[in-house]
Amino acid sequence: MGAIKSVEQLEAYRRELAAAARPELPTVLVCFGTGCQANGARPVAEAFMDVIKEQGLEIDVNVGIKTTGCHGYCENGPLVALRPQDILYLKVKPEDVPEIVEETVKGGRVVERLVYRDKATGEAVARYSEIPFYRHQQRIALRHIGTIDPASIDDYILAGGYAGLTKALAMKPDDIISEVERSGLRGRGGGGFPAGTKWRSCVAVESDVRYVLCNGDEGDPGAFMDRSIMEGDPHSVIEGMIIGAYALGSHQGYIYVRDEYPLAIRNLTAALEAAREKGLLGEDILGSGFSFDIKISRGGGAFVCGESSALMRSVAGEVGEPRAKYIRSVERGLYDKPTVLNNVETWANVPEIILKGADWYASIGTEGSKGTKVFSLVGKVNNTGLVEVPMGISIRELVENIGGGILGGKEFKAVQTGGPSGGCIPERLADLPIDFDSLTEAGSMMGSGGIIVMDEDTCMVDVARYFTGFLVEESCGKCTPCRDGLPRMLDLLTEITEGCGGEEHLAMLEGLCDLLTWGALCGLGTSAANPVLSTIKYFRDEYEAHIRDKRCPAGVCKALITYHIDPEACTGCRLCAKNCPQECITGKRKEPHTIDADKCIKCGVCKDVCTFDAVRIS
Amino acid sequence: MTEVTRDLAQFDRIIDRYEKTEESLLAILQDFQREFHYVPEEGIRRLSEVIGVPASKIYAMGTFYKALSLTPRGRHTIKVCTGTACHLKGAPQILEALERELKVKRNGTTEDGEFTLECVNCVGACAMAPVTLVDDVYHGQTRPSKIMDVVKKQVGS
Ligand SMILES: Cc1cc2nc3c(=O)[nH]c(=O)nc-3n(C[C@H](O)[C@H](O)[C@H](O)COP(=O)(O)O)c2cc1C
Ligand code: SF4
Ligand code: SF4
Ligand code: SF4
Ligand code: FES
Ligand code: FES
Repeated sequence: MGAIKSVEQLEAYRRELAAAARPELPTVLVCFGTGCQANGARPVAEAFMDVIKEQGLEIDVNVGIKTTGCHGYCENGPLVALRPQDILYLKVKPEDVPEIVEETVKGGRVVERLVYRDKATGEAVARYSEIPFYRHQQRIALRHIGTIDPASIDDYILAGGYAGLTKALAMKPDDIISEVERSGLRGRGGGGFPAGTKWRSCVAVESDVRYVLCNGDEGDPGAFMDRSIMEGDPHSVIEGMIIGAYALGSHQGYIYVRDEYPLAIRNLTAALEAAREKGLLGEDILGSGFSFDIKISRGGGAFVCGESSALMRSVAGEVGEPRAKYIRSVERGLYDKPTVLNNVETWANVPEIILKGADWYASIGTEGSKGTKVFSLVGKVNNTGLVEVPMGISIRELVENIGGGILGGKEFKAVQTGGPSGGCIPERLADLPIDFDSLTEAGSMMGSGGIIVMDEDTCMVDVARYFTGFLVEESCGKCTPCRDGLPRMLDLLTEITEGCGGEEHLAMLEGLCDLLTWGALCGLGTSAANPVLSTIKYFRDEYEAHIRDKRCPAGVCKALITYHIDPEACTGCRLCAKNCPQECITGKRKEPHTIDADKCIKCGVCKDVCTFDAVRIS
Repeated sequence: MTEVTRDLAQFDRIIDRYEKTEESLLAILQDFQREFHYVPEEGIRRLSEVIGVPASKIYAMGTFYKALSLTPRGRHTIKVCTGTACHLKGAPQILEALERELKVKRNGTTEDGEFTLECVNCVGACAMAPVTLVDDVYHGQTRPSKIMDVVKKQVGS
């Protein structure tokens, strides 16, 4: 059908879709997120199509096969979910498909070997919603991901999509802003600035033109929730932006997406097209008289472009350098017009807040941080992936209950949150509730919600050096503290990791941190101290081990470690010797081998290939 | 590598996909990059003419944005993710292994023009860390001892 011209028509259309849908029929959902595709989801989906065709199971009538966005559990992909049984299969291969069709789709039985198994107890869990990784989640921003086909606007509408918009169009713009204010929604892009307050101050500025922007740059290493939302549920972002535009009186919007996210760009482009066709975007939206359209702007792979003023320049086709913050972008943003920039996840929450009301949203989370937050739980943890939970969950609950504890039974050491603007929080503070304010108090930040779990094998000095190195590369070099201060900080940290650091290094580092915090022009520089200061604060002993004892307790810093082979554990299989690029491992077959430390370049290949865990670091 | 002279039509084909405004500059440059594996000088000149922006400004973009390169790149690009999750799970060793095997430093191109080795920050697939992309195909859970096999298998050499 063509454009929908009124709210009534949209509701009628939704009813039509619902009448045609047959939820009682089996549905196969193959995850088509980036992770699962990388793990081979496409051949699995094709195998389903083949089997379905071969057996004459009419796709639309008997079995629906859908490709969805990321379920967040990519490590175990390709994932296949089956309805109505609510079963989830992990690591599915094309060879498994005939059996799944026979047993589960037709017979309703579980294929045991493909279900989740608890790593600790060995217990099998077939039901999607009972897997610990999902059981503790409450999904708002991720509400549709994994269940709808991002390429189908009908799927979105059937799932209740654009109902937030229809409700909003019946409201006064001012009331929408009040609703967002009362919900307590704070920006999910890092700083946690209240969204309603930002909108309110933008409408307060007199102007004929206003812009609505979505920040999909996602520069934080270790975070991928925005990607998942743009890929898996693009309409939720678009719907949120239309609501925002209506409330703000804006007629043009932009979504700034990293160019490294081709699938997100493709799915967003298709979704915009579909929304325009249906009359949900463009001229006279749903016959309301309100017009608004959205363009996609592809980022250029510079971290600093995620910063608001830099992003606006980049959208306008310039070099993405930040400018001083004394003029706020709500007053003079894109093309010097009042502009609201919000993050992908922030926008995706908006339709649901309007639909279900501010009170509902504000009842979730903590006093100062309402609602849920999507975290990307990665690093040295058993279950890695995206999880959405109410604000206020403790670090320990997140790592232990949802993440299933530390990989390989190692010691839990710390979590790093907030990306390069954040810091490290040690295990002893793991009962801290995760929300905007408590993380900041602990010397870290919420950032975009990357939670990077670290174990005993992670060197905290190396981590500080890593982030500083990252920021040196990403600094735009416009202001002196950041351009000159950061490289100096990196030198000091590198010297420490190389065993050439002295006591004075710590004091110099702290001094530089101070300088950056008050002297830098944009958020990149002013927050650059966090990873360094937080690691010095909580892991001073590790810095001291490097400086005083010339020792890297975690066995990471190359200059301070040596590789050797434990003669007890070595079986003399020769695998390491065959792979060593330096040919510095010797020994007779079936006898313990030894490493010539003088020639060893510490590449770690021997440790990587040894299946007997005989290669040790000291 | 020798510069290949190109027909202006090749650039125009890309430019014509977009509105001829400054807003499209970055997208067009990225398409140049994708098509030619770098941003050729003639392309910048052509773009400057068509959009009416000084070439110096386009050069400034070419040097600022990480996704763009003003010098020719290899036929295949290997990108090692050095984001935090990948760093913790061994990206430095992967990178070193590639540097060693290909005899090229990061951000360099092999002598035969076959491979360019790049570092990228988080490609958004951290759950599969460490991640390496070969011509934009994702490879997760890569290991230093196996990485060259992965590369060879994909490019078929
Ligand atoms: C150096 C730097 C990089 C940033 N990168 C991002 C980013 O990748 N994505 C994002 O949403 N916000 C990023 N931000 C925060 C944005 O500037 C801005 O505050 C945010 O997009 C506003 O949206 P929100 O209020 O919904 O969070 C960055 C900030 C700085 C200083
Ligand atoms: S703080 Fe760094 S990134 Fe920000 S403007 Fe200054 S030099 Fe550029
Ligand atoms: S690979 Fe391990 S077990 Fe085999 S020879 Fe080397 S150290 Fe010994
Ligand atoms: S670390 Fe590398 S160079 Fe040293 S012994 Fe092992 S494989 Fe050889
Ligand atoms: S891509 Fe399938 S679970 Fe993430
Ligand atoms: S850190 Fe490598 S994919 Fe995110």
